[in-house]
This record gives sequence, C-alpha cells and structure tokens, in this order.
Amino acid sequence: MTINGAGATFPYPIYSKWFSEYNKLHPDVRINYQSIGSGGGIQQVTNRTVFFGATDGPMNEDQLKGAPGIMHFPTVLGAVVPVYNVAGVSELKFTGQALADIYLGKIKKWNDPALTKLNPGVKLPATDISVVHRSDGSGTTYIFVDYLSKISPQFKSDVGVSTSVKWPAGVGGKGNEGVSGLVTQTPGSIGYVELIYALQNKIPFGSVQNAAGEFVKASTDAVTKAAAAAAATIPEDFRVSITNAQGAGAYPISSFTWILLYQDPMDKRAGNAMVDFLKWALTDGQKYAPDLGYAPLPANVIMLEQAALDRIKVS
Amino acid sequence: MRSTDLRFRIGIGIFAAALLLIVVAIGITLANDSSLSLQRFGFRFWRTSNWDPVAGEFGALPFIWGTFYSSVLALAIATPVALGIAVFISELCPQALRAPLMFLTELLAAIPSIVYGLWGIFVLVPAVRAIEALMPEGLRALPLFSGPPFGVGMLAAALILAVMVVPFTSAVAREVLKTVPMTQREAAFALGATRFEAIRAAMFYARTGIIGAVMLGFGRALGETMAVTMVIGNNPQVSLSLFAPQYTMAAVIANEFTEAANALYLSALIEIGLVLFVITLLVNVLSRGLIWSMAPP
Repeated sequence: MTINGAGATFPYPIYSKWFSEYNKLHPDVRINYQSIGSGGGIQQVTNRTVFFGATDGPMNEDQLKGAPGIMHFPTVLGAVVPVYNVAGVSELKFTGQALADIYLGKIKKWNDPALTKLNPGVKLPATDISVVHRSDGSGTTYIFVDYLSKISPQFKSDVGVSTSVKWPAGVGGKGNEGVSGLVTQTPGSIGYVELIYALQNKIPFGSVQNAAGEFVKASTDAVTKAAAAAAATIPEDFRVSITNAQGAGAYPISSFTWILLYQDPMDKRAGNAMVDFLKWALTDGQKYAPDLGYAPLPANVIMLEQAALDRIKVS
Repeated sequence: MRSTDLRFRIGIGIFAAALLLIVVAIGITLANDSSLSLQRFGFRFWRTSNWDPVAGEFGALPFIWGTFYSSVLALAIATPVALGIAVFISELCPQALRAPLMFLTELLAAIPSIVYGLWGIFVLVPAVRAIEALMPEGLRALPLFSGPPFGVGMLAAALILAVMVVPFTSAVAREVLKTVPMTQREAAFALGATRFEAIRAAMFYARTGIIGAVMLGFGRALGETMAVTMVIGNNPQVSLSLFAPQYTMAAVIANEFTEAANALYLSALIEIGLVLFVITLLVNVLSRGLIWSMAPP
C-alpha cells in the first residue's frame, strides 16, 4: 500500500528517516512525502490530492473551514536561533524585545544601550547592524515572527505573523543556507536559522531570554522543555504556539511541527496504516529525532496525541 | 503515396499546433488563476509598492521595477562585451581560434543558473562588497550609490545577469553578422575604408538583427530566477541605488510560491507570473521579428 503526503520542508529529514525505518518494519506500507512547503501541504490536503499534509504553522480558521474534520498531530519540535557576525564576539545574549527592535530597524548599532546592557563585559562595536531575514516563505520565519509578535506589540502590528512577512529592514537570503551565507560573510550582520542548521554547520548562535527571565542557549533538551511546559494548557486540537513558553530552562523560540490528517479519512485502509505509523513515530520513532537535530516530544504531549489518534475513524 | 504524405503533414502539423496551444494555455491558466487578485487590485497592482502577505495587500511595482532595472543594467554591461566577441569571431579571429572561442562562449550558456548563484554568493558578492566599501563618501551621497555596503543588491544581480546574457547575445549577433553579404565589406574596402570602418559598415547593415540579438538577451535577463534571487537581496523597494537590495518578479515567485497558503496571496503571485509572461513574450516576439527580418529562419 502506498500513502502520499506533502508539506513542510523543515521536518523532511526526520520524516524520510521515519518512513524508511517504518517500511523496514512493515514492508507493505510505503509512505511517499513531497517536501513542497507548509502552504502547499495545507492546500493539497485540503483538495485531498494527498492523503496527509504537514505544516510548520497550525492552520488558521479560514483554512480549517476549507478542510472540515482535519486534525493536527505534533510530530517533533524545532527551534530558531539568532546567528550573528560581530568581530571578536563569541557569546551574545538577546532579549525578545532587543531582537524585535533590531528587526524593526529601531536598534541600528551594535553598541546600542539595549544590547550593551544585556552583555556586560562584551565589547560591542559602534558599527551598523545588517539585518538578514529569509526571503522565501518558511516555517522558520513563522516561528521567529510568532515569537517576536508575542514579545513586542509594535512588531505584531507592524509586521505580524505569517510564513512570509513584510520586513521593515534588511536583506533576504533564500533558505537557511542563504541566510547563514550572508551572515557569515557580512561583518556586523544578524540573521536567524533553524537550530538543526546552526548545529550541523557549527554556526555560533546567541542565547535568548525566556519567559522566566533566564538566558537559554538553544538545545534539543531546552526545546523539549518548552513543549513540556506548554503541554499543561495545550488545546484539544494541538494547534498551539509554544514560543515564549513558561517554565525553567525552556527555549523561547521553539515550535511543534504537525502532520495533518482527516478525522474521517475516505480511504480507511490508508487511514488505519497512517494511525499505526503515527503511533510508532510518537513512541519508537522519537529516538531518531535528537541525532537529526530535532527535539523529541515530551511524554505528556505523546499521551494526549495517542488518545486523539484513537478518535480517527478507521473502520 | 499521397495519403501517407497527407497523414505525415497532419501529424507534424498537430505537433506544431501543440506548441502554440501550450503557450495559449499557459496564458489562459495564468489569467484565470490570478482573477482574484486582478479583480481585487486592478491597476493598483501595477503601481503600488506595498507587498504585505500578512495584511493581504499586494502591489507589484518594486518587483516590476527591479526586473527591468536589473535587466537594463545587465544589458548595458553585457552588450559591448557580447558584440565585441561577435565581431571578433566573425570578422577578425584567426581560423584556428574560432571554434574554441565559440565553444567557450557557448559553454557559459550551459552552466546551470544555480551554479552562477553560488559563484555569486561566494565570489562576486564579497568582491562587490569590497568595491562598495571603498567608494568615497562624496560618491556615496549620490542616489546611485546610497545605502550601506551589503554586497548583495542590484549591482551584484546586474553583473551576474550580464555574464549569463553574453553568450546568448554574442551567438545571435555572430549569426546575424554572418548574413551580411561579403560585397558590403568588399565595397567598403574598395572605397579605401580601414578595417574598423568596414566592420562598422557591416554592423550598420546588420543593425536590426543586432538590436534583435540584444533584445533576446533582455528577454533572457527578465526571466532569470535562481542566480538573481541568490544575490539581489530580496527586498521589495523601488530604488535607484546600485547598492540597495531589491527584488525581481521571477525571484518573488520562486521565493514565496511554496508557502503561499491563502487564495488571494497565491493569486497575486500568479498575477506577477502573468505580467512576466506577457512582458517576456512581447520582448521575445519583437526581438525574433527583428532578427528574422535580417536572417530569415
């Protein structure tokens, strides 16, 4: 049996690992996944041209109306980190407010009091900050602006939350590689990339202050903590943003990534196989996550999801 | 015999018609799928600069501006070089050098545009940034050179486009120069013309075709996507500055299409595709017409 899915590019490495491992255990189930982007995934699952979709940002109310009965299932977690290129500076601390003001173009110099106050002992130069953002629509951008919008009311009203936004400042690089390429080459620049990308390419990144006031350097562990902290108040449909999560040690620019499935799938056999697959991915499959740079789901979220999977009508 | 002949003609006729049909179908599909944006924004789409996917406001002026500006700049850089190559190969080049030179220029056309883009990021952009940083303050005050030295921006895009356009323009210009009758040159020499004057006479004779060759390069520059989006900075603004990060129509489609999740947004991107389609079609038809008036196919 072949099941087709499409959507987010961010979880593609772990999904393809999962699909191939699962295929080894269940040779009769073959899952194809096209990483065409979250927007495309939502659209294709809405039109039912694929059996399941995948997205880095939860579907909004309008999109839900187009796909009645669609359910969200968090699979793993990712995070976004600020990367920078300032000569002689290896450790930097940021607050959400400082990041928002940099991306709004309000903080223009590296030695702005807002930054020097956060980083006592670090010698910040009097040079311009070159702001770099993603030019392509991306879940990474979604998570980043979602966080900045929670911290800064002005960012929320001027820029807002979407996979592509109207940036008040800076240049756009295509993909994580475009942003990190620009940042590593441009003295005085700042950008944001996925945690996995920064880890794999050994790009230094700054720590960010979380809701509890601690400065946290992103790690898969700190991301899982953010999800665990948010799990207590997670809505039944799992459509939740966990940026700026409460809780000790939680990294604030974290997010779930979701698989989209219909509660009443037309093809029951495929539905059954997909539910079995997800149950495996939520338990045994999670062990593949850290090696690929993803944060595994916390136990409390997995429990809620297993209950939700049982609500899918497979017979 | 005659009936096979007829069937053959009908057969290949269908293939030829299919080509035309595909072009028409693309046009219809683009117009159809962009109807939402066409109705919502009308002509505002063409002349406003606000591109805000969150607010659902779309104005394509910065993309149209960036596409034309980068292409015109690229032509300004590429045309003298391309014509120089064409004249050298067709008029002055020693026989032994001709084939290798033609091969080398055509090789430039065979390099995938993503490779140009990577070369742009790692070689061209740092070089451009260094030049920009050296620019004296007095010149920086001019609108043409204003803004911080990012490296990525209009200048880098124009330079990379110029390199990509050269092989096209020079190959077509060479073919056009070939069609100039030998008698033209002989007549010029007979009147005591120097080598330069004779070549100038030949180029004047071939002017329509040469303009066509340049415009074909223009059409190529308008639609180039990957290499440009990697070096232009992707910032939708209408600016004269060569240093400013800007944006093109093809680049915004490539960047934003995959994540455009709502109908109006998608429709606005498709309308940009429609605009680009119509413009490139016109430019190509015009340039082909000019070339064919010189060198019939």
